[in-house]
Amino acid sequence: MSEPGNQPIGRGGSVMRLRGLIRKEFLQIVRDPSSMAIAFLMPAILLFLFGYGVSLDAKHIPIALIVDDKSEIAENFASELGGSDYFRPQRFLNMAQAQQQMMQGKVQAIVRLREDFSRQIAEGSQAAVQVIVNGIDANYGRLVLGYIQGAWAKWLEHTAQMHGQAIAGPVNIEHRIWFNAEVQSRNYLVPGLIALIMTLIGALLTAMVMAREWERGTLEALLVTPARVGEVLVSKLAAYYLLGVGGMLLSVGMAVFLFGVPLRGSFAVLFAASSLFLLAALGMGLLISTVTRNQFVAGQTAIIVTYLPAFLLSGFIFDIASMPWLVRGITHVVAARYFVAILQTVFLAGDIWSVILPNAAALAAMAAILLFLVRVKSSKRLE
Amino acid sequence: MEVSAKSLEHPQAVVFETVSKSFKKAASAVAALHEVSFSVAPGSITGLIGPDAAGKSTLMRLATGLLVPDSGTITVLGHDAVAEPLQIQTRVGYMPQRFGLYEDLTTQENLDLYADLQGVRPEDRPPRYDELMRMTGLGDFRKRLAGRLSGGMKQKLGLACTLVRYPELLVLDEPTVGVDPLSRRELWNIVYQLVREQQMTVLLSTAYLDEAENCDHIVMLYEGRVLGQGTPADFKKKVEGRTYAARIEGNDSKRSLQEKISRAAGVVDAVIQGDSIRLLTDKTHPQTTFDFEIQPILPRFEDSFIDMLSGLKTDETTAPVPDWSDTIKKKPDLHKPVIHVQNLSRRFGDFYAVKDISFEVYPGEIFGLLGANGAGKSTTFRMLCGLLPVSSGTLYVAGADLRHAAAAARLRIGYMSQKFSLYGDLSVRQNLNFYSSAYGLQGKIQAERIEWALEEFGLHSMADDNSITLPLGFRQRLSMACAVMHHPDILFLDEPTSGVDPLARRHFWSRINTLAEQNVTIMVTTHFMEEAEYCNRLAIMAAGQILTIGTPKEIRLQAADREHPDPTIEQAFIRLIEREESQRRTA
Repeated sequence: MSEPGNQPIGRGGSVMRLRGLIRKEFLQIVRDPSSMAIAFLMPAILLFLFGYGVSLDAKHIPIALIVDDKSEIAENFASELGGSDYFRPQRFLNMAQAQQQMMQGKVQAIVRLREDFSRQIAEGSQAAVQVIVNGIDANYGRLVLGYIQGAWAKWLEHTAQMHGQAIAGPVNIEHRIWFNAEVQSRNYLVPGLIALIMTLIGALLTAMVMAREWERGTLEALLVTPARVGEVLVSKLAAYYLLGVGGMLLSVGMAVFLFGVPLRGSFAVLFAASSLFLLAALGMGLLISTVTRNQFVAGQTAIIVTYLPAFLLSGFIFDIASMPWLVRGITHVVAARYFVAILQTVFLAGDIWSVILPNAAALAAMAAILLFLVRVKSSKRLE
Repeated sequence: MEVSAKSLEHPQAVVFETVSKSFKKAASAVAALHEVSFSVAPGSITGLIGPDAAGKSTLMRLATGLLVPDSGTITVLGHDAVAEPLQIQTRVGYMPQRFGLYEDLTTQENLDLYADLQGVRPEDRPPRYDELMRMTGLGDFRKRLAGRLSGGMKQKLGLACTLVRYPELLVLDEPTVGVDPLSRRELWNIVYQLVREQQMTVLLSTAYLDEAENCDHIVMLYEGRVLGQGTPADFKKKVEGRTYAARIEGNDSKRSLQEKISRAAGVVDAVIQGDSIRLLTDKTHPQTTFDFEIQPILPRFEDSFIDMLSGLKTDETTAPVPDWSDTIKKKPDLHKPVIHVQNLSRRFGDFYAVKDISFEVYPGEIFGLLGANGAGKSTTFRMLCGLLPVSSGTLYVAGADLRHAAAAARLRIGYMSQKFSLYGDLSVRQNLNFYSSAYGLQGKIQAERIEWALEEFGLHSMADDNSITLPLGFRQRLSMACAVMHHPDILFLDEPTSGVDPLARRHFWSRINTLAEQNVTIMVTTHFMEEAEYCNRLAIMAAGQILTIGTPKEIRLQAADREHPDPTIEQAFIRLIEREESQRRTA
């Protein structure tokens, strides 16, 4: 068979195969509404949700206020609480009423000024304010308690200045909050969200599309061609890497321009870190699909081993340092953990190399290990 | 197998030497192989013939280096399949059973992808594409998404993709499965052309026994073992002088005659063929005299296949007679139609899946719906079962207007869908239990019917096995058992025998016959054209419309012309569809 048209091109064949495969991936992505939805619609929805809907800041906290002391000074403190943005106090005449409100979840805390409140203040001794906080949501409870303590300290200081005397109160604390001066949760949630979005594209979407090729038998036909396994993998990596970068640009754009999150570090560092993380996520996605070869199982597995950890164990919402030691240990194998650290630093603090370098090194190591495993696990055999 | 001097000069294209392969998981989809040996001569068509789960796909995957054998050696085009799979993969074209077309890519984009993968030079592409388009007739569909092509067109595109660079060896795994007769014939013509013009070697598998005769060499596989190999003539020689035709006399129903003959002593097999019953006699007494008139006829490959299989299979007893005369209270009025369809249409968007069809089916009739893929058979079926609302027209099933009282009608029908639709993780008994409850059976009657189903369908020995682990033929029996336990008046069977081995198919039809004799109405679709002969009447559908309705004989006569005075149903089907298409083109 020596007719023209049947001679394969020798050199450059690999380039041609790769080009064909990558073009195929892109055509599939563009024509598959679910890919486009996961890559662009889902990030937009998540960003809107977290940018506008979810806030971990406490404001206008409903509290019950009982003032047993009819003095002016007690009234002064009560109005101080009422004037604050943080509280929405409701007056009650006795403890029983206030407790009932707390039971019904209508107030988050009870603040009670006893009859001897003004006397104790006047004597300069430790004035007692009774505070009962709803501790069902422990974090929120601590937050409420902190705010009340802060308001108390501020009021004490204020009163002392007015009276020109030092009251035996707490040490004078001058505090400033760095990096996120307005203490807006949005400013650290939105950067962290980028890790979540890229996990969706890198791991979930990739695991599903690769498993789909197994399910539909398209891979079987592909394997019995001159295409090398490496070429098939590289084409998937390339296509979904670019899709992931698209998702990242969308997220960063929305974060900076829509939500006004500051980007204090450089974009180049952000891009490089994102690329490393994306490689690790892609490696994870390809590994899952290679092992499961079933869209449903691949999707479920990807959610459990990548998306949920990225949500819960990355420090995106929940502080890693306050986790039990075992869970803290587990977070070390969650790639998103390192990426979230870099993201929050680059967005809010700047290019702090002592944070970026070790985390980037961890990401690079994870990406290398996962991609190596994928290469080992993939072969041109069906079992 | 004869090893000629010629095969020594030209090394064999494919050689399997005592190859065995087993799988850890008892998966039903893949079959094991036991010490398989055969070879494929260059420039020939070698057919792997066998029912589902015979090991055909496993064998092809071994040959293409996708699987590694447990023992034995495989040499393909001079390369060892275990050591050098990539060398083989660059020289063969392989089309898996469900060919991996990218459905969201167009015809042209699929071709481009495979041209890139096969390293076809850009300047060589246009002429090759033109050639492939001419061969497959897909020229008008280059910009259509592969997912929106018909089943036959998809197969042709799959074949075209494996041919973007002519391979030295073409490996096709059941290229014609589920494809209508017209497309089947076209696919075969392409294969012939390649062998003739390109001296290509072809290794293909098929479950259609009639296709065996198209091959140069046949390897017959059954349950992972080679039962025999040779040319079609070698196989036919084994049953020479044992094949006869019994003519149907007068008003005798051909189905009852076929039943009678198949039970006669000394008869291995009896099937309806046109106006006569084709029968195969036993090896030990071929000269038996029968109380009916027979004439010797030429053997077919299928006769030999059945002959070999019936010697092996002992678990298949002759089908017992299902009897539920107790539940059919009064004899139905045989002149009153149980299915009445008038000007029925079903539209999806602006596409008519079914357009203005009308027909009637009478009690005890076996009514067949034949047509190419996408002709509208399944859509019609779904409307008749009340699963799909109609767009326009009237539709009465068992006296109920399906547009208003679908639920009432559904109690009186049984439906067996094309795919295995039972719960694979439930045991046989649990499935029977569930389906009988779903149809409102309970208490003593339910227990009796389940017992009856296990007995009648020979499922006792596997009553507690998960149904997904059953062999295909048994799964199909279970599906049917579930569909008939509530003793429906009408039974809908959507391609009930596809993928079932020929012996199981015979038993299946025997059951259907008995049901029809008890005035159960049966509507059936099939793509085994010879099965159409079992129907009392047929409707041939194309592009959502009914081309013709009539008895098998009437339809055969319609297609007869000077060249083919006595066409088979398959030939008649192809001719009628072609006639219709040429009319549409001129219109």
